[in-house]
Amino acid sequence: MKHLKQLLFFMIALQWTVQVFAESAPVEQGDIYKELIEDGNPAEFREMRGKEVWQQKAGPNNVSLKQCDLGKGPGVIKGVYVELPKYFSDAKKVMDLEQRLIYCKTTIQGLTYEQAISSPLSIAGHASDVEALVSYITAASKGMKMAVKLDHPLEKEAYELGRKLFFYRAGSHDFGCVTCHSNDDKRIRLQSLANLLNPNDAQATYTTWPAYRLSQGEVWSMQHRIIDCLRQQRFPEVTYASDSITALTMFMAKNAEGGIYNAPAIKR
Amino acid sequence: MAQPMRIRAKLKGDEVEAKILVQHPMETGLRKNVDGEKIPAHFIKTLVVKYEDKVVLESVLGIAVSKDPFISFSFKGGAKDGKLSVTWTDNLGETRTDTVTVD
Repeated sequence: MKHLKQLLFFMIALQWTVQVFAESAPVEQGDIYKELIEDGNPAEFREMRGKEVWQQKAGPNNVSLKQCDLGKGPGVIKGVYVELPKYFSDAKKVMDLEQRLIYCKTTIQGLTYEQAISSPLSIAGHASDVEALVSYITAASKGMKMAVKLDHPLEKEAYELGRKLFFYRAGSHDFGCVTCHSNDDKRIRLQSLANLLNPNDAQATYTTWPAYRLSQGEVWSMQHRIIDCLRQQRFPEVTYASDSITALTMFMAKNAEGGIYNAPAIKR
Repeated sequence: MAQPMRIRAKLKGDEVEAKILVQHPMETGLRKNVDGEKIPAHFIKTLVVKYEDKVVLESVLGIAVSKDPFISFSFKGGAKDGKLSVTWTDNLGETRTDTVTVD
């Protein structure tokens, strides 16, 4: 009888321990993991490559992208990413970083649109030069505050469209961004899910993209992240650098206002 | 082509903490490309860390180690401004050495 009681107590204790562990494990282990891989981010190598691409002469006009105006004047990369997406008066359009780079490649370097968007996304083992370029440019905003503006009517429109897309549920699974990213403290398996409607989570998430994905062995830009999110939601394939991606980016970037930018980061 | 490493060496108390990030594809030789052809093996076999000509870490790496490996360790007996050099050699005979001074 005594033994049985002991066993019962042990089992209850065990169950309790397991439950507590299951609830707290993902976050704690994630933090220890983050500490261990600190200073070990291969994204740095992509940044180095990106700098080369930025300075390389290319296209029919044989000029580099150093004349490209990303929002703070030709050639300036410091602090541009924390203000993107934004309205560009020369293009009469709200653009995210990658749309703007395409604009520069077509207008300055003289490439066709098709050439400018060729192989923009890294696949395992083949790093894309576009994502390297994005890594280099975003890194120049490290430590700065997210400060996306909604002054121009088109900027407001992009934000509203982004909000609509965020809440839009469709596809074979009746899924939307909102399904996974509108509640606190949720997760899929060991992956914590950010609540992008909560300013803290929105800041922590947006300020850490692009990121070197350990599961992919490559750096992924925000474009790449969104395209893959939509794929996971079973949405029709979205076009690279489309205005809907810029709108979603605008929605997330604005919601992350005030967050300290700290990317390219390193993630699972 | 052997790409540069990123090495950080910092004196913490009486220990030097070394963090080494290596650029290498670390192909296992077991993967196939989209055409179904085998991707040839290409991986680091040995990595040696020396502090002022004295070996402080000798490691044997293999195909189980990830692409762009990150190696971190601490050792005693180092001092500020001492030279730490890292050398790796892969299965194709390629090799690379990078040197930093301890911070």
